[in-house]
Amino acid sequence: MSGTEAVEQAYRLLQSEAKQKVEAGREKPVILLGTATCGRAAGALAVLAAFQEEIDKHHLDVVLTETGCMGHCYAEPLAVILKPGYPPLVYGSLDEGKARRLVNDYLVSDDPCYEFAMAALEPNDVFPTFADYPRGIYEHKIILADCGLIDPGEIGHYLARDGYSGLAKVLTTEPDLVIAEIKESKLRGRGGAGFPTGVKWETCKNVPGIPKYAICNADEGDPGAFMDRALLESNPHQVLEGLTIAAYAVGAEQAYIYVRAEYPLAIKRLRTALEQSQGWGLLGRDILGSGFNLEIKLFQGSGAFVCGEETALIASIHGRAGLPNHRPPFPATSGLHGRPTLINNVKTLSYVPHIIRNGASWFRSIGTPNSPGTAVFALAGKVVSTGLAEVPMGTTLRNLVYDVGNGIKNERKFKAVQIGGPSGGCLPESSLDLPIDFDSLQQAGAMMGSGGMVVLDEDDCMVEIARFFVDFTQKESCGKCTFCRLGTKQMLDILAEITRGQGKDEDIDLLQELAEDIKLGSLCGLGKTAPNPVLTTIRYFRPEYEAHIREGRCPALMCKDLISYRIIPEMCSKLCNVCIGSCPVEAIYTRPDMLKGIDPDKCVKCNSCVSACPPQYKAVVKLSPPVVEEVVAEAVEEGMSEVEQGSGADH
Amino acid sequence: MSREVALTIDDRQVKAAEGERLLWAALDNGIYIPHLCDLREAERTVASCRLCFVEVEGLRGPVTSCTLAVSEGMVVKTRSPGVDRLVRTGFELLLSNHRLHCAKCAKNKHCELQKIARERGLKLKLTRLRSLLQDVPIDESPRHFNYDAGKCVLCGRCIWADQEQVRVGAIGFIRRGIARKMATFEDGCLADSICTQCEACVKVCPVGALYLKADELRLYEPKKKC
Repeated sequence: MSGTEAVEQAYRLLQSEAKQKVEAGREKPVILLGTATCGRAAGALAVLAAFQEEIDKHHLDVVLTETGCMGHCYAEPLAVILKPGYPPLVYGSLDEGKARRLVNDYLVSDDPCYEFAMAALEPNDVFPTFADYPRGIYEHKIILADCGLIDPGEIGHYLARDGYSGLAKVLTTEPDLVIAEIKESKLRGRGGAGFPTGVKWETCKNVPGIPKYAICNADEGDPGAFMDRALLESNPHQVLEGLTIAAYAVGAEQAYIYVRAEYPLAIKRLRTALEQSQGWGLLGRDILGSGFNLEIKLFQGSGAFVCGEETALIASIHGRAGLPNHRPPFPATSGLHGRPTLINNVKTLSYVPHIIRNGASWFRSIGTPNSPGTAVFALAGKVVSTGLAEVPMGTTLRNLVYDVGNGIKNERKFKAVQIGGPSGGCLPESSLDLPIDFDSLQQAGAMMGSGGMVVLDEDDCMVEIARFFVDFTQKESCGKCTFCRLGTKQMLDILAEITRGQGKDEDIDLLQELAEDIKLGSLCGLGKTAPNPVLTTIRYFRPEYEAHIREGRCPALMCKDLISYRIIPEMCSKLCNVCIGSCPVEAIYTRPDMLKGIDPDKCVKCNSCVSACPPQYKAVVKLSPPVVEEVVAEAVEEGMSEVEQGSGADH
Repeated sequence: MSREVALTIDDRQVKAAEGERLLWAALDNGIYIPHLCDLREAERTVASCRLCFVEVEGLRGPVTSCTLAVSEGMVVKTRSPGVDRLVRTGFELLLSNHRLHCAKCAKNKHCELQKIARERGLKLKLTRLRSLLQDVPIDESPRHFNYDAGKCVLCGRCIWADQEQVRVGAIGFIRRGIARKMATFEDGCLADSICTQCEACVKVCPVGALYLKADELRLYEPKKKC
C-alpha cells in the first residue's frame, strides 16, 4: 500500500467512526444552543440551565448541545431544535420562559411554537428559511457555514462534515503543489492588508533551513470586530486544519496560536480542540501516518492592540515587550527566533481547508477578480441586525447595511459607516453603492482591516468619531516611534479642542498635514493607518468640522460642550414630572407656572430627560450652539428662530 | 576585507562597504542625514526616531536610511520636498515634547537637535504644534550626571549602551504610548538602582537628557572679565 493510500484510508476510518457517532444521535430530538460569548452575554447560560432542568423534569431523551455563534448576534440567545418529522427550526431571543415552553410544547407535545421561530434551516412547506429573507439572499457562508450548527467541543461533528479532508488531501501532495493551489486561488490575507497568502507561503517555504514556524494570529483587537472570536469559539477545528495545512506547506513542525487572554472561552474551546485532534492522530507525531509532525502551542497575549502587528507579536512570544520592528526583514524570512515564520490571520487560515477541498477555481468563482472569496463583517452600531455576516467580496455597502443589516435603527437617517476599525475610515452615503473589496476600500480611503463595520446615523458626530478612534490608537500606541507616539497625541489634542468648540480655522489643514505625515512616517502598520479615521472624516465630512470651529455648533448634537438642553414650554405637559425624576443631578425644576425648566449650571448633559420625556410631548430638545438660559421665576418666551430642534424630539 | 560598492548620493559618487547601512555610508562621506536613534555599533537598527528619511531611486516614497543596506548602483537623494516635509514634522513632533531652553542647557552647541535645525533650516521653537510637555522632575541622584526626562527624545541610545556595551542592565523603556520613558526598574532614581554610574549612557545621549553636572555648572560660571 502506498503512502498516499495509507493516509486516505486512515482518514476514511476516522471519518466513518465520527459519522457513526453523529448518526447515532440523529434519532433523538436535538437542541443546539449557541453559547459563544455573544450568546452568553445575552443570557444563554441561564437558558441552557432552563432547558436542562425542563428536560430532566420530563425525563426526555433529548440531546442538548452547546454550539457557537450563527452570526445572528442581535437575536441571541439562539437555539436550533431538530426533531424528527419537523423541519430544523431556529429560535431567537430566547429566555428561560421560552426555553421551558419549547420543551413543554414542542418536545413533549408537538407544537413547534412557530411564534418564537426565526427561520427554518431547510426548505419545507410550513416555515420560511433564512434564504427567504434579504439577509439570506446576500449572504454566502464559507467559513461561517458550520458555526452554530456543530459542537465545537466534539471533533466528530467537524469530521462528519468532511472536516480534515483537506488535510488528508494535502498530506499526500507535494508542499509546492499546495502552495500553487493557494496562489492560484488568489486568497488574500484577511487580517487587514490583503497580502496574497500564497506568495507569503512561498517566500517562507523558499527560505532554506529548519526549523520554521507557523503562527495563527488571533490577537483580534479592533473595537467592534469579533469574527475571529466567533470562529475560534464556534469552529476551532477549521482553524486548526488550516494552520496544519499551512505548516505542512511551508515545512514548519512547530506552530503557535497567538490568542488574546481576553477571549477565555475561545482559549478553552481551542484547548479542547487541540487535545481531541491530538487524540485522533490529526496533530502531533506522524499525522494520519504521513510522517508529518506538528505541534501547536497556545500563546496568550496580554491585551496590547499592537501585538496584532506581526513583528510585535513575535517580540511578545519571545517574552519581550510587544514592540514592532522595522520590516524587512519580514517574518517570512526572519521571524520567531530569527527563523522563517509564517503568520496568518484566523480567517485566512479558515478559508484554506475549503480551498483545498473545493479547488482554487471554485474559490475564484466567488467575489471579485482581484479579491476572490467572501468577506466576514461584524455589523455593529446603529444597524438593526447586528452580528456577523459573510458576503461575497464586491457586495455593495447598501446591500450590507440595508438588506443584510435590515437598515438603520429607529428609522433614523444613515450617515456613514466606519469600516475597518481604528485603521479604517468613515465612508459617507455617496459610497453606499461601492462594491466592497480590498482595493475599492483602499481607494475610498478606508481599509478592509479586520472587517469591523460600525454603522453611524445622523446622531453621530463625525469629529467625535474621529476623536474616539484616534484616542484608541493613541492609547494603544507602543510609543516606540516619533510619528505614532507624538503625532497621534497631537491629532487627539486638536480633535478634542474642536469637539469642545475651541478649534481654529487652520486646525483642519494642520490635522490633514499631520495625518498624511504620520501615515508615511510611522514605523509599523498601527501608526501608518491610525490617521485614516481623521483623513476620511475630513474628506467626506469637512462641513461638520467647519460647523464646530466657525459656529461652535455640533450638527449631530453630540458634542457635550456645544449643546444645551431646553424644555419647550408649548410642548411640556405641566402635570408630568418624569423629567424631574430622570435627572440624576436635580437640574430640572418646576417653575411657578408649573412648566419645567433646566438649570444650565447643574445640567451634566446626560440626555436622560430627552429619553424620559413621554413620546406624546417630546418637549426636551437639544440646542447647538448652546443657548444659556437663565433660571426663571417667571416664564420668558424666546424666539425659536435660532433654535435647532434636537434629536429625539423632532419625530 | 568586505567588498566595496559604488553608489550615488546627492549626485556624488561614493564608495561604501557592502552591507553597510546607507545612513553611515552617507555620514562617512560627509553627507549629513538627520538621525538620533541609530548607532553604528548596534547590531540591529531600532528605526524609532524617524528622521533619516531619504529618497532612493526605484523605491516608493521616502525611506529610512538606517534600515537600508547600500547596494551597487544605488541612487540616493537626501533632500526632496517629501523628505523635507517628513523631517520637519518629525523634528517638530520631538520638539513638542522637549523642554526647550537651549541657552541654559548643558548640551548647548553639542546637541543633535540643534545640529538638525542648523543643517535643515528648521526653527528651534514650536510654531505649528501644541506643546505636549509634562512637568517631570530631574533625577539628580547620580554623583556626576543628571537625567532630565523632559528632554529625552526616546532614541534608546543610553539603553543600548547600558545593556549591550557595558552590560549593566540598569535602565530600559517603561510604559507605552505618550507615557513611554527611559527609566530604572520600578522607575526609581538612578542612584538607587544597579546603575554603576559609568557614564556610558551620558556619552551617547544626543540631546540634553543625560548630561554631566560639570557641564551644567559651567553655564553658571561668572563671565571672566578681561
